[in-house]
Amino acid sequence: MSRARIQWIGGPVLKARVSEPFQIHEALAVGEQRLLGEVIQLSGDLLTAQVYEDTTGLKPGDPVIGTGLPLSVALGPGILGHIFDGLLRPLGDVGEHWFRPGLAAARSNEFEFEPRLAEGDEVRGGQVFGEVAGLGPGRACLVPPLIAGRVRSIRPPGTYAEDATVLVVEGEDGAEHALAMQHDWPVRRPRPAAERLSADAPMVTGQRILDTLFPVARGGRAALPGGFGTGKTVLQESLAKWCDADVIVYVGCGERGNEMADVLNEFPELEDPRTGRPLMERTVIIANTSNMPVAAREASIYTAITVAEYFRDQGLHVALMADSTSRWAEALREVSGRLGELPGESGYPAYLASRLADFYERASRVRTLNGEEGSVTVIGAVSPPAGDFSEPVTSHTKRYVRSFWALDRGRAQARSYPAIHPLKSYAEDVDTLARWWQLQGNSEWKDYRRRLLGLLETQARLERMARIVGKDSLPAEQQLSLLAADLMNEGFLRQSAFSEVDRFCSPKRQTAMLRLMMQFIDLAGEAVERGVSPAEIAAMPILRTLQRLGEEFGEADLDSKPQLAARIGEAFHALHVAEENADAR
Amino acid sequence: MHADIMLNHAVTGLEGPLLFARREANVSLNDAVEVIGSEGRARVGRVSALDEETMVIEVLESTTGLNLDGTRIRIRQRPLEMSLGPNLLGRVFNSVGQPIDGGPPVPARQRRRVDGMAINPAARDLPRDFIETTVSTIDLMNSLVRGQKLPLFSCGGLPHDRLATQIAQRARLRGAETGEFCVVFVGIGVPYDIAENFRYAMEKSGALAHTAMFLNHADEPSTQRLLTPRFALTAAEYLAFVEGRHVLVVMTDMTNYCEALREVSASHGEIPSRKGYPGYMYSDLASIFERAGCIKGLPGTLTQLPILTMPGDDIGHPIPDLTGYITEGQIVLGRELDRKGVYPPVEVLPSLSRLMDAGTGKGYTHADHPALSNQLFACYARASRARVLASVMGVDGLPETDRRFLEFGDAFEERLVSQEQPRTLEQSMALGWELLRLLPASELTRLSADQLARYIEIEPEPVEPDPETGAGVG
Repeated sequence: MSRARIQWIGGPVLKARVSEPFQIHEALAVGEQRLLGEVIQLSGDLLTAQVYEDTTGLKPGDPVIGTGLPLSVALGPGILGHIFDGLLRPLGDVGEHWFRPGLAAARSNEFEFEPRLAEGDEVRGGQVFGEVAGLGPGRACLVPPLIAGRVRSIRPPGTYAEDATVLVVEGEDGAEHALAMQHDWPVRRPRPAAERLSADAPMVTGQRILDTLFPVARGGRAALPGGFGTGKTVLQESLAKWCDADVIVYVGCGERGNEMADVLNEFPELEDPRTGRPLMERTVIIANTSNMPVAAREASIYTAITVAEYFRDQGLHVALMADSTSRWAEALREVSGRLGELPGESGYPAYLASRLADFYERASRVRTLNGEEGSVTVIGAVSPPAGDFSEPVTSHTKRYVRSFWALDRGRAQARSYPAIHPLKSYAEDVDTLARWWQLQGNSEWKDYRRRLLGLLETQARLERMARIVGKDSLPAEQQLSLLAADLMNEGFLRQSAFSEVDRFCSPKRQTAMLRLMMQFIDLAGEAVERGVSPAEIAAMPILRTLQRLGEEFGEADLDSKPQLAARIGEAFHALHVAEENADAR
Repeated sequence: MHADIMLNHAVTGLEGPLLFARREANVSLNDAVEVIGSEGRARVGRVSALDEETMVIEVLESTTGLNLDGTRIRIRQRPLEMSLGPNLLGRVFNSVGQPIDGGPPVPARQRRRVDGMAINPAARDLPRDFIETTVSTIDLMNSLVRGQKLPLFSCGGLPHDRLATQIAQRARLRGAETGEFCVVFVGIGVPYDIAENFRYAMEKSGALAHTAMFLNHADEPSTQRLLTPRFALTAAEYLAFVEGRHVLVVMTDMTNYCEALREVSASHGEIPSRKGYPGYMYSDLASIFERAGCIKGLPGTLTQLPILTMPGDDIGHPIPDLTGYITEGQIVLGRELDRKGVYPPVEVLPSLSRLMDAGTGKGYTHADHPALSNQLFACYARASRARVLASVMGVDGLPETDRRFLEFGDAFEERLVSQEQPRTLEQSMALGWELLRLLPASELTRLSADQLARYIEIEPEPVEPDPETGAGVG
């Protein structure tokens, strides 16, 4: 442990005079309260450090102690289902109303350990050496990635503290490693995997506009930019609730405290639709709210992705929701400013783009060191100032993500959520993911998708025209296009996050809904060709049913699809009969 | 151990609000200091940076009149704090928490740091108690709940102060627990007349006894403006979380606060971000707004109603933009409605309350409240689109349905948005259903068949006289 003494301090940055050597990026304990800090510059006998907590009360001469390790977090079975600050220190069950500096990392939970190895076995990094009984996902105890050798001793089944030694490994170099159920890993270093795999399946989000129009692949990266009030957080929370990942890491980075309270309040009561267990059991929340120390905000993103990689290494599919990456970039800017670095665009440091790239590159689908398949899917919210997507964080993020979900103020104001603008968003993995939809019994997915996007594009064009010539002067088939696009917007793309029936939509239901809508649109097209006026179609009572299909055709009603299809057919038949009768008269 | 230390002849330099001094005593970062000029006046300040020999003091008041030789520094050896005790209500304080109403000092039962501490997110209780403000556009469309921070985005010359005063006077909880609100009014860089009007209005309604006022007048130094909301919120936290009251904090005008922040940042020589405002303005505003909330196991709540005027009426300006990213929604006032004579001129479409879903609906307000407000939003948005079309082609060029929406839009503004008298939520809801009946039922896709049957497809009943106009229709 190296020592230094504070020489200068201002805000979260300090300089200290060192008497023993320190490493760059070494974690520090600062002052008598042992505040967490990190070395960011070394020059002669002076080190510069940032402190992740409120520095009030520090003074020159106070001790700075090096930990010998880069900024690390302890990864273990005690993480799932809990809430932590940006440095993975527990916030729940501490009985503290206020977030005080020097918060202790008192995590000494006990778990029931079952060994999976015996004395003398060969071990390598990433291998599972034991399991924790009674946990859902995340029960595996992993050998830290860089350790390999032979088991010297392993504890029998029993209850041990998370940080108690349960396995002793004799390394290949003869060194002895005492391992516990948890191990430390530096947050800024990606955890290794055996092999990176390419995308093959979507992460099913249960949101129609995403799964059907703009899917994100497992192990993919998506960005969710939008001005304030466009529904970023509600959508992120919906994804966290209903997507088909095994583990959710939700990082509230510089956002509202009440949102964290909302998640903490709601998740234990909600059920995972796939396992029937409380959603909280598969969730980790990392909270650095906007009034918590700024420097820790910068670290919280790395903490979150390190936790996500840890679960990935157990062969799980992990989804990381980061809300919001803009606040993280601002924290980067603030610390950079205090270090007196040259500012780049909008005051952000010149290395903003490479930091964003580093972060998004940690999203991956991999073969783990243990030979299993795991993935980390990253969904980053972006909060562009004044909703302007040309600002640096949004434009750089756009370069690194493969799905771009642009939120639109106009849609949000009409309370048409999720307010994703279908013409400003994109997904790059559509061709790869079409095969997955085919396996789900929807081989027309790509065609439907193209038709739907075409329809929305046409709507935008026709509405511009209608503004000049009036809607009534458009030809009948164009009026029908407008009607069809309205139906898709209202009945298919809109989905209420607060509706018990519609908050989650399975791929099967999405397919059924899409087919019903397309059937209606096709039949309406034929009817118009036969001379039926669009106004008559707009007045059909079945149209109202379709507009409210999300609400009225729930997961439990999937079997009634043929009846609905028959009703649509009959409605048009009745229309034709009425038409013919009128002609006959 | 926390004795005050007096330093004489230690000042080595003065530069704007910054004072450089030799560090001749054991001083820590953020210690509160008093800088006493040769004329004997004490100015509040704090230690903002220090090394082994020197320290930098940020003087939070005007440095005019200070000199190098005659200035003394009293070091408090603890951060900036406020003494708090009973009988805060009914009092008037200045920016730094000193009584200016001629009354006795507040008995010091407790000292709290004015910077406050972040509420542990895990200790927060989700705000969900509906507050009835008696304003339809808020209660019905953008409900306010206890523990929320909901700003008014206004423009110069609009009646935002009147609206805030009315809310402060009338806001109440529904149901059994009708504990009275107490109000903390924070005037940040406000002219004397606004502060006086507020005081008079509260006095007239008998609410002054439940109000504490913190005033920073427009002619006081801008550095003090940064302290006003912090002292006021410290008092509000004491009232809420120690005395167990339900506190509504009205802060006007946050734009003055942000201007002061820019001024002080510039004098520190910091690198500016958008429009010259410092890059940390988001975090700084958050350190104020995030002090609203409810805490598990503690009585009392802290609700904030900040008011800001959008420079150039631009909602994209950094001040409203950053505020909107922190607060839980916004109530936007518009000039066009004001010109039409609509009071309160609330622009419904850009307004939003993020905590509405938690505090409305079955068990909170009324089971059909969310669907009703959702449908009203969708219809009014459609009416606005129809207006754009009508402005190009004229009303006659519109299809019949669009014309019905135009009528709805006008009626919505004239009858629901506009209101002179307070309305209960039930009155607002009845009005909402009545307006929806102007439209064809087939267009009301956000309502269930059951809601349609119960509220829309009924024979119009004789309408009860509207308390405002005395007539059945507006």
